Amino acid sequence: MNTHEKLVALKTITTKEILRFSRIWIQTVLPPVITTALYFLIFGNLIGPRIGKMGGFDYMEFIIPGLIMMAVITNSYANVVSSFYGSKFQRHIEEMIISPTPNYIILLGFVCGGVARGLTVGVAVTIVSLVFHPLNIHSLWIMFSMIILTAILFSLAGLINGVYAKSFDDISIIPTFVLTPLTYLGGIFYSINMLPEFWQQLSLANPILYMVNAFRYGFLGVSDINLTTSYVIIFACICTLYIFSLYLLKKGHGVRT
Amino acid sequence: MASALTIRNLQKTYKGGHAALKGVSLDVAEGDFFGLLGPNGAGKTTLIGILASLVNKSAGSVSIFGHDIETDLASAKACIGLVPQEFNFNMFEPPIEVVANQAGYYGIDRKEAFRRAEANLKQLDLWDKRRVMSRTLSGGMKRRLMIARALVNHPRLLILDEPTAGVDIEIRRSMWKFLRKINDAGTTIILTTHYLEEAESLCRNIAIIDKGELIENTSTRQLLNTLKMETFVLDLESPLAALPVLGNHKLQWVDELTIEADICRADSINTLFTELDAQGIKVLSMRNKTNRLEELFMNLVDNATGDRAAS
Repeated sequence: MNTHEKLVALKTITTKEILRFSRIWIQTVLPPVITTALYFLIFGNLIGPRIGKMGGFDYMEFIIPGLIMMAVITNSYANVVSSFYGSKFQRHIEEMIISPTPNYIILLGFVCGGVARGLTVGVAVTIVSLVFHPLNIHSLWIMFSMIILTAILFSLAGLINGVYAKSFDDISIIPTFVLTPLTYLGGIFYSINMLPEFWQQLSLANPILYMVNAFRYGFLGVSDINLTTSYVIIFACICTLYIFSLYLLKKGHGVRT
Repeated sequence: MASALTIRNLQKTYKGGHAALKGVSLDVAEGDFFGLLGPNGAGKTTLIGILASLVNKSAGSVSIFGHDIETDLASAKACIGLVPQEFNFNMFEPPIEVVANQAGYYGIDRKEAFRRAEANLKQLDLWDKRRVMSRTLSGGMKRRLMIARALVNHPRLLILDEPTAGVDIEIRRSMWKFLRKINDAGTTIILTTHYLEEAESLCRNIAIIDKGELIENTSTRQLLNTLKMETFVLDLESPLAALPVLGNHKLQWVDELTIEADICRADSINTLFTELDAQGIKVLSMRNKTNRLEELFMNLVDNATGDRAAS
């Protein structure tokens, strides 16, 4: 395949992925928007004023970046894991495998789909947040780069989960027992400076902490974590997961006999 | 004639030690309509899976139009269209998208992809259904959708794994007509089927696989010529009191108005009628009892099993 043909294949997979989650927007886009709106209402509006300032900002203002990030993380992951496993389950992944499309294009196509859903939900949640608090933007570039990188990272993670999954239970185990706890403990609702020293150090082992804080820096200009460290860690995670995903696709793990 | 497919010493052993292919070698000429037959579990689908890179081979080599699947896989894949045994398209996509997306995976621009999808769906009588969810299509329509999809990249080699399984006779015949047409247009076709009448009607050459080994690989005509006996069913004008004894032909009862006659292929069928006429038995109609290829197939598979047991 020449470069133009590869781009056509990439566009085809990406379009197919976007159409997939758009067709079922009531299942894919609406629920995270409603859930996050409830977070804004309960934690931000009702409980927030009693909590007071967090990191020098209103509690509502403090949690908005984290909640947007949480929606992006869970949706980019969920999109790829469910789509990839679904295509294995229905066996239409074979359509791509028998074609000359290289593995890295297949991988990028799924990742683009995951990023698209992550961003769609992220934008929707951001619009909802405007109902509760005006948007504070410190650095649009940091906000944008961090949300894209995070969506890429969790799309790759979702694909790996989809490759290994052998049943529908397997695609919900990681999000339920790993992703959700790490997200909640990733500094969405609090600053790690509030924690005792031991828990602060332990929190540093959580990669989501770096993403939430860097993203929050894009909004508020404050972060518990050094910004460069955040970018280095996210890039390292993306590279590792990309190489591993490509290896799994090359081996045909879970899709070829 | 150039070779569309060259397979040498192809072996596949699955995890757990099951040897699905034990050193299969065969050639398919360009433009051929080639039948790959064998009982269930013979290794046909494994072989097709290797050609389509859905199954990793354990040993041996496969070359498709000169492109080795080990060293030049992308070029080999570009030559193939596959209609698998089981439905493997997205049931929640409309047929037009199933076909156009497949074209996209081959690098065909969206506009051209939809143009080809339209042409293929029209040819296979699915155009009216292009916007419905694919899961709502009937079994025969789903099979035709997979053919439309497989042809969208204009493959030089079309592989059909039991394409007419479960479809009614009318649709099966129309699919045969369609397959003959694309074969006449130059597409090499490899067909696996359990309907031996289908293989006899369509295929110019036939290979038979049993338990992972090639037990026959020849032209359909030559294969049928190896049949020594044929059985005909005769419908009689009036009931017989007793089964007549004929000099050259063995007869059997079916019911009082129907008998079966075994006829040696070397003999003229006229002698049967002469002998029956001499005994005052009038025949109203006659038909072949079994599919000829079916009989041959059973003999070959039985012989192969016997040979293995003996060795």
